[in-house]
Amino acid sequence: MTCRLHSQTLSAWAFLVPALLLMAVFFFLPILAAFLLSFTDFDIYALGDLDRLRFVGLSNYLQLLQSPLFWTALGNTFYFVIVGGPLSVVISLGAALLVNAPLTRFPGFFRTAFFLPVVTTLVAVAVVWRYLYHPRYGLLNYGLSLIGVDPIDWLGDPDWAMPAIILMAVWKNFGFNMIIFIAGLQNIPMQLYEAARIDGAGAWRQFRYITLPLLGPTFLFVALMTMIGYFQVFAEPYVMTQGGPANRTLSIVLLMYEEGFRWWNMGYASAAAFVLFVLILAGTMLQLKLRRREPS
Amino acid sequence: MDFKVFTQNRADYRYTMHMFPMLRLFLSSILLILWLTGCDSAIDRPVVVEFWAMGQEGEQVKALLPEFERRYPDIRVQVQQIPWSAAHEKLLTAYAGDAMPDLFQLGNTWIPEFVALRAIEPLDERLKTWPSAAVSDYFTGILATNQLGNQTWALPWYVDTRLFFYRTDLLAAAGFSGPPATWDGWLQIMSRIKTLDGAQRYAILLPVNEWQLPVILALQRGAALLRDRNQYGNFQHPHFREAFLFYLSLFKEGLAPPVSNSQMINLYQEFANGTFAVYVSGPWNIGEFERRLPAAVKGKWMTAALPGRVVPSTRSSLPSQGRRDSANPVPPSLGGGDWGTGDDDLAAGVSLAGGASLAISRTSPRQDAAWKLLEYLAQPEQQAQFYRLTGDLPARQAAWNDSALTSNRYTEAFRQQLQHVQATPPIPEWERIANRIAYYTELAVRQEMQADEALVALDRDVDRILEKRRWLLEQGLAP
Repeated sequence: MTCRLHSQTLSAWAFLVPALLLMAVFFFLPILAAFLLSFTDFDIYALGDLDRLRFVGLSNYLQLLQSPLFWTALGNTFYFVIVGGPLSVVISLGAALLVNAPLTRFPGFFRTAFFLPVVTTLVAVAVVWRYLYHPRYGLLNYGLSLIGVDPIDWLGDPDWAMPAIILMAVWKNFGFNMIIFIAGLQNIPMQLYEAARIDGAGAWRQFRYITLPLLGPTFLFVALMTMIGYFQVFAEPYVMTQGGPANRTLSIVLLMYEEGFRWWNMGYASAAAFVLFVLILAGTMLQLKLRRREPS
Repeated sequence: MDFKVFTQNRADYRYTMHMFPMLRLFLSSILLILWLTGCDSAIDRPVVVEFWAMGQEGEQVKALLPEFERRYPDIRVQVQQIPWSAAHEKLLTAYAGDAMPDLFQLGNTWIPEFVALRAIEPLDERLKTWPSAAVSDYFTGILATNQLGNQTWALPWYVDTRLFFYRTDLLAAAGFSGPPATWDGWLQIMSRIKTLDGAQRYAILLPVNEWQLPVILALQRGAALLRDRNQYGNFQHPHFREAFLFYLSLFKEGLAPPVSNSQMINLYQEFANGTFAVYVSGPWNIGEFERRLPAAVKGKWMTAALPGRVVPSTRSSLPSQGRRDSANPVPPSLGGGDWGTGDDDLAAGVSLAGGASLAISRTSPRQDAAWKLLEYLAQPEQQAQFYRLTGDLPARQAAWNDSALTSNRYTEAFRQQLQHVQATPPIPEWERIANRIAYYTELAVRQEMQADEALVALDRDVDRILEKRRWLLEQGLAP
């Protein structure tokens, strides 16, 4: 008996080892290295000659917390997460309900169409959206001019740049969450709706008392993944605005990238990465806690 | 190995279909490896020089290479084209990953950084084979940016500096026949242009997120940007402060609009409309202006070397004297003291020594071949040819006698300007410092910060950036 268990464990390990090895080499090791790096002043000098590397303790973290640029980036990132996250979840839920509705014709077509932006290269998307946002020739401003709104310099105006980025990001990403919501919706037994209809529940009450509660786990998953993804926003501002105008779209990851790969302050950039990690962890814990407190 | 058996057996047909390609792949890869390793010792294979060049240069330089390969049949060149926006990161990553090309292009302000990295091979030994006239043929100020600690690390490929692009018709409308040689003269022109009728008008466009003009003005004022062997910021020094205030006054007086690069949607259209009459820019805009300006303003613009603080002895190009004092006196806030009327001859009309250079990787095993390519690209004929291809101004003065350059009326001002160029501090941290200068200048222009506050903050930031450098100097680990 024990012998069989042992051989089972062995074969389990044999199957796991390749994956674990890959994860160790490409995932845990770099994380550990980055963590150690965050206590050094690894920079261009150290890259040339390791004798010029110093252990600086927590000084990177302290410097980070004192840097106004970091707080700007943090504020922008929160703006993006708090406005963009819920917006994205709500829109994907709405799209999922529409696509999943029995009255919708060609659901397969719409599912594909809504999912298309997710698999499109962001750079290609950004080129198109830059045209849409063009203050003079852009479609968006043309539409606004028809209802008498003055043109908006979407990407050049410090107050409009972030909403513009959020709009694009939500459009780009909602398809993924929509697919997950559709899967969740299709797991809800039809009998429940039937029973509710017999009890005289209208569309809203069916949604409120059957769809939403039964979507709970899906909702949690979507909300968590969206939050984690949105905290790491990088590509959208990187290709659309490079963090401008006046640093109003500078996100934490973009700041990290600039510090790390533009100025090669690897130590400082690693510190920023771990601060972001702690933030995401805290956000995740908070969501899980809130969800648990809710009566199921 | 009896895989032949499989082919003879119909039942195993499907099996062979899978097996055969795999076996073939396996065997042929072994053959390939044998062939590659075996051929390494062969003498007759040409040396392949890997050459990284950026943007348009990377594209156009290919046209010069067939002739090079004809002259050196034992050398082949492989050009890798890298977009400018990613070039700096790509070179650093290549260095970190030990994948440097043999020869590469780099912005000349990056040289101190790559010297600190010990990524480039000094060229002094090889330059000894050159006649001294060839070395002194380079613009002195430009060559200086390639020299550091008594060594020459790279050779200029093409040059770049900033000067005035201006509308000749607007200058004439304001009553001036030609560009003056002093700021004093330009201020009079600009305040007059501002009052010309027409649409909302400014005199000069200075994108607020650029550090170049404040730095140029400071260099003209004779400011040392950093102090104590480039260990501390020196931005609160009266010289820099004076230049900074002068720069800010251009916005306060409404001569320059407080807009950033990205806010100026169509620079060429606005220049054609006369929204501004003067623009500070570099040689790349000669081609752009020629291509993009509408026909109506063709021939109505010109380039001029930057004005200096001192009136030179030749006053031939000065504005008509009658206009100078009476109608439009310079507003008192402009000039900030003795600006433009200084009696010392500090750095008259100086501008920045920009451009791109070519350097050889320290770890390259093909340095001799790379040097041959570098020498070839440095020849005046190739430099002139490269100008024809790209519009990049040659670093060798001999190349400027080529008809392609002499027939372009916009290049002469650059030739003058290039005699008066100065380098930014030759330290790896400069790009970051310049970035901070641009940041605080923008805050001060947008009046989100007082000028002096901004300078204090700038010094504080720069001192922090230079902390590592101070430590290295202290330790004797020469940066």
